[in-house]
Amino acid sequence: MDAVQEVNQRGQEQDGSGTVPDRVGEVLRRFPTRGRDALIPLLQAVQEAEGYLSQDAMTRVARHLSLPPSKVYGVATFYNQFRFQPKGRWHIQVCRGTACHVKGSAALLQALQRALKVEPGQTTRDGMFSLEVVACIGACGLAPVVAVSGECHGGMTPDRVPGLLNAYRRRTP
Amino acid sequence: MNGSLEEWGNGISWGDVRAWLAGTLPAESPKGPRLEGALRELRREDVVRPTIFVGTGTCGLGAGADRTLQAIRALLAERGIDGDVVEVGCIGLCAAEPMVDVQLPGRSRISFGPVLEADVPAVIGAALDGIPPGDRALYQFAAPEGIQSWEGIPRQSEHPFFRSQLRFVLRDCGVIHPESLREALARGTWATYARVIRTRTPAEVCDEVARSGLRGRGGGGFPTGTKWKAALEAPGDQKYLVCNADEGDPGAFMDRAVVEGDPHRLLEGIAIAAYAIGARKAYVYIRAEYPLAVARLHRAIDQARELGVIGHDVLGHGVDLDVMVKQGAGAFVCGEETALLHSIEGRRGMPRPRPPYPATRGLWGRPTVINNVETLANLPMLLQNGAEAFAAVGTSGSKGTKVFALSGKVVRTGLVEVAMGTPLREVVFDIGGGIPGGHSLKAVQIGGPSGGCIPASHMDTPVDYESLKGVGAMMGSGGLVVMDETTCMVDLAKFFMDFIQRESCGKCIPCREGTRRMLEILQRITRSRRNETGTDTLQRFQGVMYLERLGGVIQDTSLCGLGQSAPNPVLSTLRWFREEYEEHIFDRKCRAGVCTELLQYAIDADRCTGCTRCAKACPTGAILGAPRAPHYIVPDKCIGCGTCRVECRIGAVTVA
Amino acid sequence: MQITVNGKAMEAMPGEMLLQALRRGGVRIPTLCAMEGMEPTGACRLCVVEVEGQRGLVPSCACPVRDGMVVQTHSSRAVRARKTIVELLLANHPDDCLYCSRNGDCDLQRLAADLGVRQRRYSGERTQAKRDVSSPSIVREPEKCILCGRCVRTCEEIQGVAAIDFTGRGARTMVAPPFQMGINLSSCVDCGQCILACPTGALAEQSHFKDVFDAIADPRKIVVVQHAPAVSVTLGELFGMRPGADVAGALHAALRRLGFDRVFDTSFAADLTVMEEAHELVERLARGGPLPLFTSCCPAWVDLCEQEWPDLLPHLSTCKSPQQMLGSVVKEHLARVEGVRPEDLFVVAVMPCTAKKFEAGLPERRTGVAPDVDAVLTTRELARIIRMRGLDLRDMEPEDPEDPFGERSSAGKLFGASGGVMEAALRTAHWMITGEDRADRRVREMRSSAAVKEAVVQVGDRELRVAAVSGLAQARRLVEEIRAGRARVDFVEVMACPGGCVNGGGQPIGADREAVKARVRGLQEIDRGEGVHEAHRNASVRRLYDEVFQGGPGCPEAHRLLHTRYAPRQWGMGGVRAREEVGR
Repeated sequence: MDAVQEVNQRGQEQDGSGTVPDRVGEVLRRFPTRGRDALIPLLQAVQEAEGYLSQDAMTRVARHLSLPPSKVYGVATFYNQFRFQPKGRWHIQVCRGTACHVKGSAALLQALQRALKVEPGQTTRDGMFSLEVVACIGACGLAPVVAVSGECHGGMTPDRVPGLLNAYRRRTP
Repeated sequence: MNGSLEEWGNGISWGDVRAWLAGTLPAESPKGPRLEGALRELRREDVVRPTIFVGTGTCGLGAGADRTLQAIRALLAERGIDGDVVEVGCIGLCAAEPMVDVQLPGRSRISFGPVLEADVPAVIGAALDGIPPGDRALYQFAAPEGIQSWEGIPRQSEHPFFRSQLRFVLRDCGVIHPESLREALARGTWATYARVIRTRTPAEVCDEVARSGLRGRGGGGFPTGTKWKAALEAPGDQKYLVCNADEGDPGAFMDRAVVEGDPHRLLEGIAIAAYAIGARKAYVYIRAEYPLAVARLHRAIDQARELGVIGHDVLGHGVDLDVMVKQGAGAFVCGEETALLHSIEGRRGMPRPRPPYPATRGLWGRPTVINNVETLANLPMLLQNGAEAFAAVGTSGSKGTKVFALSGKVVRTGLVEVAMGTPLREVVFDIGGGIPGGHSLKAVQIGGPSGGCIPASHMDTPVDYESLKGVGAMMGSGGLVVMDETTCMVDLAKFFMDFIQRESCGKCIPCREGTRRMLEILQRITRSRRNETGTDTLQRFQGVMYLERLGGVIQDTSLCGLGQSAPNPVLSTLRWFREEYEEHIFDRKCRAGVCTELLQYAIDADRCTGCTRCAKACPTGAILGAPRAPHYIVPDKCIGCGTCRVECRIGAVTVA
Repeated sequence: MQITVNGKAMEAMPGEMLLQALRRGGVRIPTLCAMEGMEPTGACRLCVVEVEGQRGLVPSCACPVRDGMVVQTHSSRAVRARKTIVELLLANHPDDCLYCSRNGDCDLQRLAADLGVRQRRYSGERTQAKRDVSSPSIVREPEKCILCGRCVRTCEEIQGVAAIDFTGRGARTMVAPPFQMGINLSSCVDCGQCILACPTGALAEQSHFKDVFDAIADPRKIVVVQHAPAVSVTLGELFGMRPGADVAGALHAALRRLGFDRVFDTSFAADLTVMEEAHELVERLARGGPLPLFTSCCPAWVDLCEQEWPDLLPHLSTCKSPQQMLGSVVKEHLARVEGVRPEDLFVVAVMPCTAKKFEAGLPERRTGVAPDVDAVLTTRELARIIRMRGLDLRDMEPEDPEDPFGERSSAGKLFGASGGVMEAALRTAHWMITGEDRADRRVREMRSSAAVKEAVVQVGDRELRVAAVSGLAQARRLVEEIRAGRARVDFVEVMACPGGCVNGGGQPIGADREAVKARVRGLQEIDRGEGVHEAHRNASVRRLYDEVFQGGPGCPEAHRLLHTRYAPRQWGMGGVRAREEVGR
């Protein structure tokens, strides 16, 4: 199946009366105004609903706002907030603020990348973990900090990484 | 009324408050004194019930304030105490988070911190019993007349963190409940705006601000009054005010604290600025990473709209103002005016050349003023006390106060506000309490990725726009990171360069390509010989030379302020710490021990017993030696991981 | 207004940017991102100069002139900044100039030479990206892209297509179609204007060299070549001649020298198009619609219509483009005349256009099963081939094209410029309706250099409202006006490229507005000269109708060979176009 067929098919699944709930459609309905300034709020809302921006969601946003898809994609890839892969079962955020840097967050990030074999912004093949670098979590007192799906882990070191990941793997049903 | 406003009781309605603000409440109305009384009560000079204040800003929550809060509620319930629990914003003493204040009827308010969940019974319980543990108390608030202060607990004004501060912008942060409009009103918020639109023309307001000497607090330091006048005089029916709350510097959180702790002060500032430039629409562009601030801002806007201080025909004076919130999607460059405007318009946040300046051609081509949070939050007090009072504080070129986020290797990290012109030394040593752990000060980094380093020898530099520029730094938005001798200046420059090159918008060539090359040079300097390939060695030597040349061209030619200031962290460290760069390059040494690749591990043959622990642990097999004979590390194989040093029980592994 | 530049006084006009004043004054300032007649983006920073009283260097493209301004354009500081910027670009550029399609004609290369870059001062990680060869017309090489943004602005602001945009940020910024897909899946209409805008080799045409050489080398093939009206007035530029010089004679000679067996003129087919299109117009006028009738010679425009306005398709003339008409009659008629099988004929078209490469491969533009046009060379490609064979156009003795498809009227030649198709069609429509030629064959309004041209033309007892538009963004505006009922017209000519085919995506790179105007004048001069000026007076055309089609314009055989049909192009999810794999 080539990319276009895939897009079409996915579009039909979501557009039509398939069993998949049309979360993107619901978001679009919440934005009746169609000015270009609605683009970023719309993408934020779509990501909020779906966890990431799929190609199909972005093209539907483009159609909704009568914008060329290239513009939507160009905007989406400009900002840190938007991700293009589904989040993993556990979403790992590594703080790269100044305080965390001074306490060694670079080595921590490297250890996570090695252990998960993904780059920031990506999700592991098994969908278990996704990795993200954030500017600051706001817990500078606990630096360096890693947040896993909202749970904060302070004072992290590279050698604690495998244990941390295993703990979450075990917690997965 | 849809319920975002609290009730007043005592026969007072929000309509009465509106009339009071508009100056139309009849003088003989009994409601005037009743309202005054209610407001006094809300100022909590005294309380009728024990009242506990918990700091639940983002930093407080990060330190565990939510669990502390639950424990306090449980404690009150358990003991059957009829007390009030008030959530307040951040007072700025981050080192002591989570912070809890206790105020008993007739007694002054005491602050404790840190108060973790487990400390609640011992600290708060005792305080409620009237025997506050003096060793856990930080300070007590000033006691108004008729209120008894506590023995043996220092006044807030005597506490070293607050003694040298002058808190205008942060006056009510951490003191009031940020979600209560009544408390904000009790502290005088919105009264200035109401008076301004009743008695002053926009041009007069612009003049007053110009006379005050207020300069933009976002980094550039452009005179606010001048910017406003340009927008006021620019032809056009539709004008916009934009509040820049897209605080992107790593290590800066001043704006977040203001929005979380005192959102109505910011809104009042926005309303004043909008009135002064003739804007009927204002946007607050705020980071999406600040969910609490966004929520509080939304709530404050709803409240202000219901009260009628924003909206159509404000207080019957024919002024219209709509305030909208736009959440930034994460791009440091959107702190730049034109990039921010593009972002609001739903475009890629790439700056455009100026002129035309936004004051004449901004949002959707209309005249637009962009001010940052701190600038706007200065306005209510500025206009309340007048330009002269404002200008009385500060230096000849820099008036008023400046808020800094003090962090790094300093005893009391936190949010501080000092008069312009205060020497750095006072900020670091008096307010910040100096360097912890017996270390000594090496430098402070001010202004974030756009700023620069100031060495310990220049600690008498006053914090004002010109002086900081003079030593190669800049005010920036107010990040102030303290560093001791365990910080490597090359590594620090590398950190900021990495940040900048990731955050560069990619539009202009010098910034996009140049910052990337500068980062690569710094990476080469800090790389071990083992990882060198090709012409790396030669390029290390050329490094410093090219860093300066590249930095100069990037400063000279970049399109926007981000690019023009991008080389600052490198150039300023190079200016003050050149010998440290040279050590990295020529001696391959990092004196701070931060650049791990440059560390040389060796085994002291005299001490080594040949236990083989290190050789077994070495991940690359770099350690040779027969059992019970001294071991040896093969330098070419060693990756500098330090495992051997951890493994060795007799400290025979040395590092240099 | 007076400014001082490098110590000399210079005139400047209020409101203009410093760069414009400098250029007028003969001071050469390099730029990579500046575009004629468009707002400065200030991206490349090469045009920086020193202005007295300003702290940093000032980009002259975005600096309004002030009276009394004192400027140093080539101070050591400014030159050093420019050189560093170019060095930075080179540090992130593949070192393959010798293998690059723009070798010798590249702005970056020229800049590096002019600024005396002799040392690889900066080096490091390079942006890695794959070549995109998905399109039948355009090849993208993102590694060579310097992100000046000219293609993005051209595609969006001039063509209104916005198939590409900046993606990513910082060092990871790239110009790309949405979702990093191949360009053929985007809304690209293959016009190739982006290639003209590109200062480096990041965008180029999909080359058909090999197929052409193979066919010429194949003794079993009769290789037929046709050249479009706009080629003969631009090809000379690539051999050092002035824009607009007509080199048709030398071109025919060169084509023969290259080994083409039959040399025809696409303008002959343009005459055929005029006959069919004028007939269609006359018929629609008689039938009462559907009007307005839109021309269909421009494949990029047709592509846009199929993508954007399916309801407009009945308004599109069903005529094939001249390229396809000639291909079709060659493969059917010439094969019969020569007594060969159609597959033994290999038809090459030399076009000013990249979209023609896409058009040639479209199944619905074919008469039979095989393509009617086998390969399309752009003007640039032809010049390269000529040079490859050691030939120089300037040395050629002029020769004529051959029968039966070599004769043309000057009306057919006018197809190369915006307004020309309209003028040519009106001449013949007038004759078809009234039986007489127009007294003044020119339609003055159609000869202006404006993007949108409108005229009211008296044809018999009827006033025809006609319009010609070039540049797809302008076309889109006009179409929206028409659809909204605000503009009432009967006949509309659309050319995708601003100014028409003389400024097509396959033309010599680097033409400014004046050069484009000169090319147009070249065509108009041909029309002013001796010879046949109306398509219906082209004897070869008449012979074709009488002897081969055995009927007039619009007869069944003409319909079978010269007309086509349109269908809405399927779009994946609103923007991603699903296009049948076409061409190569």
